[in-house]
Amino acid sequence: MSASTTARRARPAKTGAGHGRSRPHYGTHIFLTVMAVMWMIPLGWALFTALRPKADTDKYGYFSLGGAFNFDNFAQAWTQGGFPRYFMNSLIITVPTIILVLLCSSMMAFAVSRVNWKFNITLLIMFTAGNLLPPQVLATPLFEMFKLIQLPYWFSDSGSLLNTYISVIIANTAFQIGFCTFVLSNYMKALSADLTEAALVDGAGIWRQYVSIIMPLCRPAIAALATLELIFIYNDYFWPLLFIQSGDRLPVTTAINNLQGTFLSNYNLLAAGATITVIPTLVIYLALQRQFVAGLTLGSSKG
Amino acid sequence: MTTPTELSEPAAPGSRAGHTAAARPRKPGRVRRLSKRDKVVLGIMVGIPTLVQLAFVWIPTLLSVLLSFTRWNGLALSDIRAAGLANYSYVFTDNPAFWPAVQHNILWLLFLAVIATPLGLLLAVLLDQQIRGSKIYQSIFFVPVMLSLALVGIIWQLFYQKDNGLLNFLLGTAGTPQAVDWFGNSSVNIWAALVAATWRHAGYVMILYLAGLKGVDASLKEAASLDGANATQTFFRIVFPAMAPINIVIVVITIIESLRAFDVVWVINKGTNGLELISALVITYLIGEGQSIGIGSAFAVILLVISLVPITIYLSRTFRKEKF
Repeated sequence: MSASTTARRARPAKTGAGHGRSRPHYGTHIFLTVMAVMWMIPLGWALFTALRPKADTDKYGYFSLGGAFNFDNFAQAWTQGGFPRYFMNSLIITVPTIILVLLCSSMMAFAVSRVNWKFNITLLIMFTAGNLLPPQVLATPLFEMFKLIQLPYWFSDSGSLLNTYISVIIANTAFQIGFCTFVLSNYMKALSADLTEAALVDGAGIWRQYVSIIMPLCRPAIAALATLELIFIYNDYFWPLLFIQSGDRLPVTTAINNLQGTFLSNYNLLAAGATITVIPTLVIYLALQRQFVAGLTLGSSKG
Repeated sequence: MTTPTELSEPAAPGSRAGHTAAARPRKPGRVRRLSKRDKVVLGIMVGIPTLVQLAFVWIPTLLSVLLSFTRWNGLALSDIRAAGLANYSYVFTDNPAFWPAVQHNILWLLFLAVIATPLGLLLAVLLDQQIRGSKIYQSIFFVPVMLSLALVGIIWQLFYQKDNGLLNFLLGTAGTPQAVDWFGNSSVNIWAALVAATWRHAGYVMILYLAGLKGVDASLKEAASLDGANATQTFFRIVFPAMAPINIVIVVITIIESLRAFDVVWVINKGTNGLELISALVITYLIGEGQSIGIGSAFAVILLVISLVPITIYLSRTFRKEKF
């Protein structure tokens, strides 16, 4: 910053103190409060419906305060809807995907950002573009490819990759690598070149530079990406819908749609099921909010 | 759903500017200094991710293009027959769902671009001022962004229901013949779905712009107000243009989100009866009755061609200055 900007900044700060900063912003608050209330209505309504027994809503109507409020619907939805199974499936799909994505993308990002070779930018562009495609563009051939891959029946009861967790893991991994590679390569590019130059002089090979120098420095970025990916993969609806036919192998997000059939017109149970599905994302958000925000400002802090 | 490719973008320019200078000296000749073993290691580090990316993203995309010129029922590979442009001529002239789908995709884009995105920007600008409870407001607006679009569809279904939904109660039509089935009625359901999509999109845009606004040099705003500009002028003439990189990101996200729109309509009614979208048509022809891979692929290629426009804009902006 030059001296002139600092001098310039000093003056309005004084006038601003009495003016802009401490103004109460009544209009803004009213607008924001109205918007915030509207924003909470859909989820609030689901929660409200979920807390009331069906018998009471039938008696008093859904738009009423009469009757009991309890967690019976949650308990019933949990067992009747088969949530333990679905959450397990989500876990089986999400955890390996995140590990594979971060492993592949960090290696790729290292290679394109820390080593200078002919096609690094070309490859980085290819990775970034791949992530921007609508998944439906590649859905059909991917489905047919997975169907054609023959697997022994002890491994997959469909005899192919269809209807396996692996198919969803592969599709998600391939689709997410591009995004993580792009973010990580930007992050790694911002790390000083001297770090690896020095290591090179000391005779450290590429693998050593990656594992013991660059990766430890990327820990904040990796943590942020892991949080983002956790949400992305948990929320993925499309790939399981496409590849998995057996209902008992679906992850929560895709399975919730089938609950509409299971619970028929019992909206209280459906609302409870929807609320149960929301809970993990909210827990992740509240627990890892810092990582999440870090994900948004990635690369700027590490200068 | 992955558009946040760009999340790191607002931060990137600053960090990059600071570092390219430092990184300059390591220009040519780096590869030559690598040992043979290093080259093998590097080959594996690049090879595995690239292979995954090619095999499961780019080759399928290419195959979509090829399959769109064939007739195939998806059973035996030997049944694939060349069909020339037949699938495309069917899609453009005879398919009853195609033009409605195109209209809905355009409507989706316009709605997000004219309502959801500006709303997100407005929220960000309001919350960027030092007002009390800013963090609480932010958390509330951000909650829908954490939810899957499929779940958004289900939550809004509870809100929109004909006889037991909150909206019709509030309108006083619940239980009467005037009650509207918001997701079922083909003349209103696209709008109802768009409101649900906005609920999520606006929060997303807000969080990106909040990061962008933090990056705008405060002295710029102060200089403008010293020169006698009011808040509105300062925003539109100074702050908004200063956020050019993030504006591009938001434009690209908005276009891509509207092309990717799928989950919400699939949850509601599998993209039929007023909710036709190109992405849903691809899947209808893949797993629906009367499977026709060729026609489904033709839809996929149309989607691909349209998507390449925002993707190219984004890539050329992002990698234009990129020189190692």
